[in-house]
Amino acid sequence: MSEYLYKYLRTEVFPTPFCPGCGHGILMGAILRAVDELNLDFQKVVFVSGIGCGAWIPSPHFRADTLHTLHGRPVAYATGVKKMNPELNVVVISGDGDLAAIGGNHLIHAARRNVPITVICANNNIYGMTGGQLSPTTPKNSKTMTTMTGNPEEAFDLCKLVKSCGAKYVVRYTVFHTKPLIKAIKTALSANQFAFIDVISPCPTQYGRRNQLLTLFDMYSDIKTRVVHYNSLKELKPEELSGKIIIGEYYDEN
Amino acid sequence: MKTIVKSLLAPRKYFMQGNIACAEGALAAGCRYYAGYPITPSSEIMEHLSKRLPEVGGVFMQMEDEIASICSMIGAAWTGAKVMTATSGPGFSLMLEGIGYAVMTETPCVIVDVQRAGPATGQATKPAQGDIMQARWGAHGDYRIIALAPWSVQEMYDLTITAFNLSEKYRVPTILLADEVVAHLKESFVVKPEIEIYNRDQTITKTPFGTEEEDGVPPMPCFGQGAQLLITGSTHNEYGIRKVADPDVHERLVLRLCKKIDNHKKDICLTEKYYTDDAEYLFVAYGITARSSYAVIQELQKSQVKAGLLRYLTIWPFDEETLINCAQKSRVVFVPEMNQGQLILEIKRVLPDKKVVGISKTRGEAIYPSDIIKVFREHYE
Ligand code: SF4
Repeated sequence: MSEYLYKYLRTEVFPTPFCPGCGHGILMGAILRAVDELNLDFQKVVFVSGIGCGAWIPSPHFRADTLHTLHGRPVAYATGVKKMNPELNVVVISGDGDLAAIGGNHLIHAARRNVPITVICANNNIYGMTGGQLSPTTPKNSKTMTTMTGNPEEAFDLCKLVKSCGAKYVVRYTVFHTKPLIKAIKTALSANQFAFIDVISPCPTQYGRRNQLLTLFDMYSDIKTRVVHYNSLKELKPEELSGKIIIGEYYDEN
Repeated sequence: MKTIVKSLLAPRKYFMQGNIACAEGALAAGCRYYAGYPITPSSEIMEHLSKRLPEVGGVFMQMEDEIASICSMIGAAWTGAKVMTATSGPGFSLMLEGIGYAVMTETPCVIVDVQRAGPATGQATKPAQGDIMQARWGAHGDYRIIALAPWSVQEMYDLTITAFNLSEKYRVPTILLADEVVAHLKESFVVKPEIEIYNRDQTITKTPFGTEEEDGVPPMPCFGQGAQLLITGSTHNEYGIRKVADPDVHERLVLRLCKKIDNHKKDICLTEKYYTDDAEYLFVAYGITARSSYAVIQELQKSQVKAGLLRYLTIWPFDEETLINCAQKSRVVFVPEMNQGQLILEIKRVLPDKKVVGISKTRGEAIYPSDIIKVFREHYE
């Protein structure tokens, strides 16, 4: 982490608990850079997270108010914080299992209500902390500890989900698209409406090693070949879209 | 910190339903955030607050379920607000994970459980007192909460205020264990001109989760003050930093959470005694069942039977001392409950040498004085 960002961090709790090659550190840096570029009053930001590796990005690292909650519930907690004190900038950072499986109900209703919070999904396509089980965003046919012969289920597209629930600002990038990701986080933090950012973050430990992607470089290369920008979707046939990661801002499709 | 405030309602006599009195009690105590999910027999509380909270500058949220309700209210509590939710058995079951979280993070909040006959959806929405043990032990782990049981519309108002005060003072979730009868009962009650309320200590501290103070209750800063709060439901040290693998930290935390309640039983435990000094037949009851018991002892007193009533207003923590004192002369202790016998387990534990007789009713009906008299006759010598 660049030293100029240390002022936002409780460096006394370093090192972070993330595995070598984990994408969550890059995401952590992107969030802090966005905060820094916006010159946000960090003491007026409340970071809310659930349970899982992604939830540890803000807690205990950020030198702001952090609320590390129950598994799946950060969006519900954040709703209470924001509704009771609208002056606070409320940011949820949590994983795909947390936000989309056990917490799916809270996510869709917060989007529907347009609660003015930012939700950042540290989406590693797996349950990392509990040992690598299937998550709702695990790609079809991927191997996990609970789908050793390949995931038979379709994965959730969280951007489409929250968009269909009325979310105003919806965007997806991977941690390797740092510049547009920071820009997206800045937009979300200034939006004062429900904003959702799906951030594809590689988990070499639990996802990669079961799917022949043993190093961060392998994971990076895999993501690179699968990424398609939202704007160039029209150029692809539907069958070419299978397994692709669609990045960019999700606009209203009408 | 204790202060005296003017009542929100004009001081006079009112004729109201228990649930409405509870909602008004919450507002009087300073509640400014309510989140809930509709469920009878508690719905009138949320309906009333949906109208009243915006009038007093508060926030009302109808959430997507009971889990979201309790979680959102805990979030709101950390902005400095007094918060409440209300539910009944099925919703209370869902709220338990949030109650455990509120215990661990020492978040003041009030949960009203208007008990109805279960298990599951059961006899929606007939009265019962089946959640006594669930309120005490429902969430996982080792912990303490406070639970109060009102027996009248007056107490739906008064004990709601007390619930807020205790919750703020001890930073612990406090449960108002009402039942369908008191919740839907309409009767008159009095609003006094002034009430005593307790507001949490919001001093900014580096150690909002640990204290050397004797009372074991640390100050609770709120979001946005620059306190850089680290709040977590995982085992944490006094600064809030997770220390899940440290046995000393875990022991210190859990023991303090228990002791801050256990050491203040004198302040927390409320009971009422009627003719208990020489009671040969002691009735121990709570909630609406205590009212039937009261009618019974009045009748028995008329016929020169030495019958007394010990009524528990605070059910948890359980006041053992008062029970021992009241039961000194008793030949039989009767425990009427609208369940198969829950609080009686505590009473038998505290009075191992006494004859303790349960009077149960599991029919979704209040226990009538006639039900109690019938069992009393079987044991009267
Ligand atoms: S298990 Fe995966 S997501 Fe969790 S810290 Fe390790 S690499 Fe990151």
